[in-house]
Amino acid sequence: MIKAILIFNNHGKPRLIRFYQYFAEDMQQQIIRETFHLVSKRDDNVCNFLEGGSLIGGSDYKLIYRHYATLYFVFCVDSSESELGILDLIQVFVETLDKCFENVCELDLIFHMDKVHYILQEVVMGGMVLETNMNEIVAQVELQNRMEKSEGGLSGAPARAVSAVKNMNLPEIPRNINIGDINIKVPSLSPF
Amino acid sequence: MSDVVEKTLTALPGLFDSQTGAAKITNRLRQLVKSITELTSKHEEENLIKQELCAMKEQVSSPNTSMKQMREIMVRAMYCEMLGYDASFTYIHAIKLAQQGGVLEKRVGYLAVSLFLNEGHELLLLLVNTVLKDLQSTNLIEACMALTVVAQVFPKDMIPAVLPLVEDKLSHPKEIIRRKAVLALYKFYLIAPNQVQHIHGKFRKALSDRDPGVMASSLHIYLQLIRESPDSYKDLTGSFVTILKQVLGGKLPVDFNYHSVPAPWLQIQLLRILSLLGKEDQSTSELMYEVLDESLRRAEMNHNITYAILYECVKAVYTIHPKVELLEKAARCIGNFVLSPKINLKYLGLKALTYVVQHDAKLALQHQMTIIECLDHSDFTIKRETLELLFRITNAQNVTVIVEKMLDFLRGCNDEHTIIHLVGKVSELAEKFAPDNSWFIQTMNCVFSIGGDLLQQDVPNNFLRLLAEGSESKEEDDQLRLYAVESYLTVLKGHTSHLPQCFLQVMSWVLGEYAHLQGSVDRREVIRLLTQLLDQRSVSSETRVWILSALTKIPEGQTDLILHLAERLSSSQDTVLRQQAQELLHLSQDSQLHEWVLPRGAPWDAIEVDSSLSFLDGFVSEALAAGAAPYKPPHQRQEELCEDRALNLEPYSFSLPVSLSSCSITDRQSPTLLSVSSGLSGNSTELSQKAGSSTLILEGVKRVWGKDGYLPQKEATAPLVDEPSAAVQPPVQQEAAERTEPRPELSTRNQDKQQLASSLFVGLGVGSSVSLLGRSEAPPPRFRKKPRPHESSSSGTSEKSSGSSCRSSHHTTDIFLYGSFLEEEPATSKSAFDHTPKSTTANGLSQNKDTKEDKHANTSQIFGGDMVIVRPSTIQDKHPPSESSDLTALLPADLKDLPHSDVISLTSDPSLSLSSCRLFRDEALLLLIFISNCTETVIKDVAVQLTCEELKTASLRGNIVDCLEARSTSVCHYALLMDDPHTNVSFTGTVSYQTQPGHTNTLPFSGTLSTADFIRPLVLTTEEYGKLWLSLSHDVKQNLKLLTDAGDPLRTTLNALKDALQLHVVDIIGSEGIVACRLLSGAPCLLHCRVSGAALVMWLRSPHPALPDCILYHCQRALAHR
Repeated sequence: MIKAILIFNNHGKPRLIRFYQYFAEDMQQQIIRETFHLVSKRDDNVCNFLEGGSLIGGSDYKLIYRHYATLYFVFCVDSSESELGILDLIQVFVETLDKCFENVCELDLIFHMDKVHYILQEVVMGGMVLETNMNEIVAQVELQNRMEKSEGGLSGAPARAVSAVKNMNLPEIPRNINIGDINIKVPSLSPF
Repeated sequence: MSDVVEKTLTALPGLFDSQTGAAKITNRLRQLVKSITELTSKHEEENLIKQELCAMKEQVSSPNTSMKQMREIMVRAMYCEMLGYDASFTYIHAIKLAQQGGVLEKRVGYLAVSLFLNEGHELLLLLVNTVLKDLQSTNLIEACMALTVVAQVFPKDMIPAVLPLVEDKLSHPKEIIRRKAVLALYKFYLIAPNQVQHIHGKFRKALSDRDPGVMASSLHIYLQLIRESPDSYKDLTGSFVTILKQVLGGKLPVDFNYHSVPAPWLQIQLLRILSLLGKEDQSTSELMYEVLDESLRRAEMNHNITYAILYECVKAVYTIHPKVELLEKAARCIGNFVLSPKINLKYLGLKALTYVVQHDAKLALQHQMTIIECLDHSDFTIKRETLELLFRITNAQNVTVIVEKMLDFLRGCNDEHTIIHLVGKVSELAEKFAPDNSWFIQTMNCVFSIGGDLLQQDVPNNFLRLLAEGSESKEEDDQLRLYAVESYLTVLKGHTSHLPQCFLQVMSWVLGEYAHLQGSVDRREVIRLLTQLLDQRSVSSETRVWILSALTKIPEGQTDLILHLAERLSSSQDTVLRQQAQELLHLSQDSQLHEWVLPRGAPWDAIEVDSSLSFLDGFVSEALAAGAAPYKPPHQRQEELCEDRALNLEPYSFSLPVSLSSCSITDRQSPTLLSVSSGLSGNSTELSQKAGSSTLILEGVKRVWGKDGYLPQKEATAPLVDEPSAAVQPPVQQEAAERTEPRPELSTRNQDKQQLASSLFVGLGVGSSVSLLGRSEAPPPRFRKKPRPHESSSSGTSEKSSGSSCRSSHHTTDIFLYGSFLEEEPATSKSAFDHTPKSTTANGLSQNKDTKEDKHANTSQIFGGDMVIVRPSTIQDKHPPSESSDLTALLPADLKDLPHSDVISLTSDPSLSLSSCRLFRDEALLLLIFISNCTETVIKDVAVQLTCEELKTASLRGNIVDCLEARSTSVCHYALLMDDPHTNVSFTGTVSYQTQPGHTNTLPFSGTLSTADFIRPLVLTTEEYGKLWLSLSHDVKQNLKLLTDAGDPLRTTLNALKDALQLHVVDIIGSEGIVACRLLSGAPCLLHCRVSGAALVMWLRSPHPALPDCILYHCQRALAHR
C-alpha cells in the first residue's frame, strides 16, 4: 500500500499532498515537514530509499523519493511495495505529467493542482497502484479533458488544435525531451 | 498536409493567448500563490490566508456564485488545506458540488471530498446517495469518479450500501471500469473482509479477464489473500505460472512494455505471489522452477526495472523449496546487485543478502569486503541495512565485533526510530551470545545509556528478569549479579546527572536487590550513592520511587541513615514519595516486619499476586446487591457500542425486537449471582465472592493492594518511559573519543579492513560454519531464561486459585482447631486401621497430618479438579497412605466401578470423623458420607441429617446407625438431584450420636457441590444436535480463553473442558466444535465453540434459563485453572 504521496519543492513548500491513510491535519503537516527534513539532507549520490521514520506506520514504512530539479516526489509506502518498482512508478508519473503539461515545471503543479490530482488518480487509487502504463494514463486523462473542452466550447478550441498538432506526430517535436533515466532536468523556474 | 500544419502553427500563438483566457478562472488562485511567494514570514502568510479564507466564506455563501466560481473556490480551498490551514467550511460545498453539478463540478467535488474528508467523517453520509446514483450512471466518467471515491474514503459501515453496484461493475463492458471495481473491492476486502466473502468467485473471474489490466489489478487481491492463507489457493499456482510465462514470452500488447520490459509491475506481483505459494511446499515449488529460471535469464538488461524483477525473483528462489541450480543463479544475481556502482542496487543487494543469509550464511562470506565498505558508507540508509545484515550473521564468535560496530553507529545516530530499533537488536544479541559476564553488563550499560528513555519497555524488563530469574546454576547467577552491582557502583560514583531515567531505574533495582551479594562494599556507601541520586533535580519522580524501593530493601542495621532520609522525605511535596518514606520508616524500625514483607532471597516467582483482586469481591457483591450494573469486559462494551453506532441502512426495520432481545441478554448475566447469593446458608460470602469473580474479569490488572495492605514494590519491574534525555555515560564518551582519533593511512586502513573482515565473518567459514548454518544447532543462548511456572497470560488465574486455596485451607484448619480443643477421649479399644497411632498425643499428630491432607483435598474440592476417577494426590505419594484415602476401599462393591471423586474429610471431633465422596451415577449424584468412629468405644444412635435447599434428595440409605463399633466406619448414601442449576451449592448437616447413653453429641458439617457434579455427557449425532439447537430458546455467548500450548488449540481446549465437566464432544469441524451435555434432571445444554483469534467464542443454548450461565462459569474456571 502507498500511504502517502508528497510533492514539495527544494524549500519544503508543499506542491501536492495526497494521503491514503487518515492523519489529522496537524499530523499531516508534521509529516510533510519531517519528510522534507529527512529527504533534503540527503545528497544526490545516495540511495533513494529511507527507512524507518516513526511517523507513518513505524518500521514497516519506507520513503521512496526522487528529486527532479526543483521538486521532490516522495512516496511513503509499506513493506508490501517493491522499492525499485515504486521508483519507476514515480518516473512514470513524472513522464505522464510531462506529457500532459508539455515540459512540466513547478508552476504547472501549482496552478493546475487539481489536474495533477486527476492524473494521480489514474495512477494510484486509494493507495493501490492502478495503472503503470503511461499511454493508458494519458488516454484516461485526455478523455476527461475532452469533456472539459466540450463544455468549454469556444475556449476549448485552441486546446483541441494543440492536441491536433501533437497528434500529427511531427518529427520536429521530439517526445520525452528532457526525461533521462533518473534526473529529468525540468527547467527550473523562479523558486517559490 | 504540410500546409495544414503550417497554418495551424501560425495560428498557435493566438490560440495560446486565448487558452490563457481559459485559465482566467484560476486567476484568483494565481494571485494567491503569487502573493504568498512574495511574503517573507510565516506570520504574514497566515494573515493572508486568513483573509483569503474569509473572502471564500463570503463567496460560497453568496447565492450569486456560479458553479464555475465554485469550482475555482474548491481548488483554492484545496490549496489552503495543503498548506495546513483549516477550510472546513468548504467541505459541505464540496459535497454539494458532487451532488448537484455537471460532470466537471462532480470531478472537483469528488476530488475535494476525497482530500478533505477521512473515513470517519460524518458528512460522508450525505454522499452515499450521490455515489449510488453515479455508480448507476451510463456516463463512463461519472462511474469512474464514483468508484474512485468509494475506494478512497468509504468507511466500513457504508460498504454494504454500494457493494452490489460495485460488484455489478465487475462485468462492465469497459475494462477501465472493471479495473477500478476490482481495486475498490480489494479496498473493501482490506477494510471489511467478511463483507466481500461471497464474491471470491468473481475475483477468480477477474483473474481470467480478457483485459490484462483487469487481471493485473486482481493480483492485488490475490497477493493479499494468499498472504493470509496460502493453502487455500494452491490450485491457482498453475494459472499464475502460465500468466508469468506469457508475460515473459511477450504475449502482452506492446503497450504494456516499460523500457522494453514486458509489464514489469505485473511480473513483480506474480513473483511475490509465487514465492508465497511455494513457501515450504515442495510440490508447488516444482511447478514454478522453470518459470523462475526463465525469469532470471530474461532479466538481463541493465535497467532499474529489470533489477526490480530480479530482486523479487531472487527472493522467490530463496523462499520456495530450494533447488540447487536456481539457488546458484540467484546467488550470482545478488553479486550483481551488491557489486553494482549504483547505490540503489547496492541497497537492494544488501537487503537481498540479509534475507538470504538466513538460509545460507556462507553467501555473506563472498561479499565480505563489500559489506565492510558499506559499513563505512556515507549513506545512512546503507549503513543501517549493513548492520541489519550483520545482525543476521552474528554468532558467538563475532558477537563482540558486531555489537561494537552497532554501538558505534548508534553513538553517531540521532534518528529516534533507528535507535530504538537497533538498541533492541543489540540487547537481543548480548543476551543470546554474550561471551562473559563483564561484556554482557558493559554492553547492556551502553544499551541503557544510548537508548536511554527511548528504549522499549521490554528491554529493561527482560534484562531485570534475566538477572532475577537466573539460569540453572545459582553460582553463575550470583556472579553475574555481583558484576552488575560492581559496575553500577562505579557508574554511580561518576557523573550521574546525564544518565537516562531508565538506566537509573535499572541500577537502583539491581542495587536494592543484590547489593548484599557484594560483601566488600559498605552498605552505607550504597545507601549514600542512592540517596545522592534522590537529591538530583534531573531525576524524575518515578525514578525516585524506584530508588526509594531499592533503599527499602537494603537497610539492615543502617537505621540512622535511613531514618534521616525518611524524615527528610516525609515533608516532600510528592505524596507517593511521602508514602514510601513512611513505609521505609516503619520497615526500618521493625526488622521482623521487614523480613516478612521483603524476604531476602525469596524465589522470584514465589511471590503471590492476587491479580484477580479477589479481596474486592465482597465489595463488588455488595455493590451488585445495592443495584450496581454488573461488570462487562471491555470487548463486550465495545461490541455493544459498535452495535449502537453501526449504520442502519435499512429504513426503520425491526429495531424494537432487537433492543428487547439485547435487554434479555444483559438481564441473564446476573441470575447466577442472584441465585447463588439468595440460596446460601453458611459460607455465603465466600461463594458469592466466587460468583462475583465469574463476572469480574480482571486479568492483567496490576495488583497494588493485597490482603495485608500495600504490596511492596518488588514486582514493580515495569518502568515507564520518561521524557527523553540524550545522555551518554562516561566510558562511552571515552570510547567515542578514541573513535574520532585521526585515521591511519590508506594501506593500514586496508589491512584494518581485512582484519575486521576476518573478525566479522568468523564462524561463517566452511569449516566452522557447519554447526552455525543450521540454526537449530546454534549454540544455546548463554542466558537461558528459566521456564516460567505461569506465563503472564495465565498468571492471573492461577494466582487466583492459589489465593483462594489459602482461604479454604484456613477454613478447614479452623474446624480442626476447634475439634482438637474438645475434650479427648481415652483410647482403649481395638482399631479398624492398624496404622492409626494408639496414644492420644500421637492421635493429635495424626490429626495434624490429616489437616495437611485436608488442606489439599479441600483445595481440590473447591477447584473442581477432582472429577476424574481418583487421582493420586501428591501428598499421598510422599506419606504413608492415611485414613481418608483408605476410605475408598469402603465403597460398596456395586459402586466401586463408578467414576468418583477423592474422599474429602468434612469434619471430625475426637470421637467421630466424617468424610465424603461423590459418585457420578448417570441418573443422580451419589454423595457418600463416611462416618468413622475414632474411639475405642462403641458409639450409639448415630444419625446423619443433611440439608440443602437447592438439591432434591432422591433416596437415602444408612443415615441412621444404631451402633457404630470402635474403629469402624459406616457409610451413608445420598442420591441427589439438581433441578435448578446453580454454580455452586452448599450443603450443611449434623451428625448426632451418643457416646454415653442419654448424652447426645452433635457434630455439624458442611460442604459444597458444583453444577459440574450434576452434569453428564449427552451423546448426540451432529444432525440431532442441529435440530436440538434450533429448538432451544435460551442462549448465552461469551469469549473464553483458548489453550494454545498444544498443536490444535480447539481440540486441546475442548478436551480440557471435557475432562473437567463431563461433556460430550459431538463434532469438530475446522475451527468450530460442538459439544453437548445435560443436567441430571434432563435439561440439555448445547455448546457451540468457534476459534476466533486467540479466543474461543462460546455460544451456549439450553431450554433452562440458568443452565448456560452455570456451565459457562465452570468452563471459564476449568480453562483458567489449566
